[in-house]
Amino acid sequence: RACSDGKPAKFQPPPKPVIIDKQKQREERRFLSPEFIPPRGRTDPLKFYIERKDMIQRRKVFNIPEFYVGHVLAVTTADPHANGKTNRFVGICIQRGGKGLGATFVLRNVIEDQGVEICYELYSPRIQAIEVLKLEKRLDDNLMYLRDALPEYSTFDVNMKPVSRLHHEDIPVNKLQVRMKPKPWSKRWERPKYNVKGIKFELPEEKMKEAQKWSQPWLEFDMLREYDTSKIEEKIWKEVSEELKK
Amino acid sequence: QGLLRRSVSHSFPSFASVTGACQAIQKLTRVRVVDNSALGNTPYHRPPKCIHVYNKTGVGKVGDTILLAIKGEKKKALIVGHKMPGPHMTPRFDSNNVVLIEDNGNPVGTRIKTPIPYILRQREGEFSKVLAIARNFV
Repeated sequence: RACSDGKPAKFQPPPKPVIIDKQKQREERRFLSPEFIPPRGRTDPLKFYIERKDMIQRRKVFNIPEFYVGHVLAVTTADPHANGKTNRFVGICIQRGGKGLGATFVLRNVIEDQGVEICYELYSPRIQAIEVLKLEKRLDDNLMYLRDALPEYSTFDVNMKPVSRLHHEDIPVNKLQVRMKPKPWSKRWERPKYNVKGIKFELPEEKMKEAQKWSQPWLEFDMLREYDTSKIEEKIWKEVSEELKK
Repeated sequence: QGLLRRSVSHSFPSFASVTGACQAIQKLTRVRVVDNSALGNTPYHRPPKCIHVYNKTGVGKVGDTILLAIKGEKKKALIVGHKMPGPHMTPRFDSNNVVLIEDNGNPVGTRIKTPIPYILRQREGEFSKVLAIARNFV
């Protein structure tokens, strides 16, 4: 390349390569799937240990991506009654429940003006692929109120292309406030028991005040209900990550 | 659209108190007809109601036949989706969907736009004509 003077260009060293140490970054962001954490109770921890071994075995064979409530997923299952034996369903994850091998997640979508929800089992051998199409956390971890929200908030295109993932960064939180259909709803979402932050309540002030009558402010201070999972999580995280590396 | 709990809907006004789904489909449940038949789509002042379920238990799930009272007439229908959650991996719909059917199993309408669960394919012999007019499967 000749520069504007006409003389040969000054030697410019190539730009330094940016080394992204992926392993280090993956270690910095740890995600332990909620179904690994054992529920509070008096069962023998051996049972959970054996279950975790089975879960890790399944994860080695089939990759279950990291996902939260509010992500848009596409799941292909093996179905003997479908054409081509596979069935693909796209939807937003509204709830993740169950612990251990029976962990489930519910996907919701509105197809042809009809709301459809399917509860899938994470560790079922019928599932052939799970792809995360859109990475987006919401303000709550239970989006059941989408059933009473306007259908546009639950519609997702079946042929949606996966949105490119920003690697090694925090998952964005969508602070969307959803507008609801007129009352009656399936559950009284304005009550403090549900602690819903993602709804734009257009109810009059008196109704909101009346709903606060059912608040139980002593619940968060109840010591018998406390379940501190931080130490359990640390142990399980070490165990799981070691097993998966093998 | 045709959801039972809203006070404004194109086929019937219902201002009385409305119950949510307890069991799947039984006697006196209001259903939504999803095919494009004339009987199912013309507005009437009363919603189509189930009056009998052809089952040992009185509760109808996906794939059961029921007797419907529409526009003052009795008509058989096939349940294609209900609000009650079923076994895992099966779809749960937001409304109780039903397809009008004759006594010999022939569907009355010619097209079904709403998605139908794949489980109906198992009984291909009885429902082949209904599955043939269905467009989307879930």
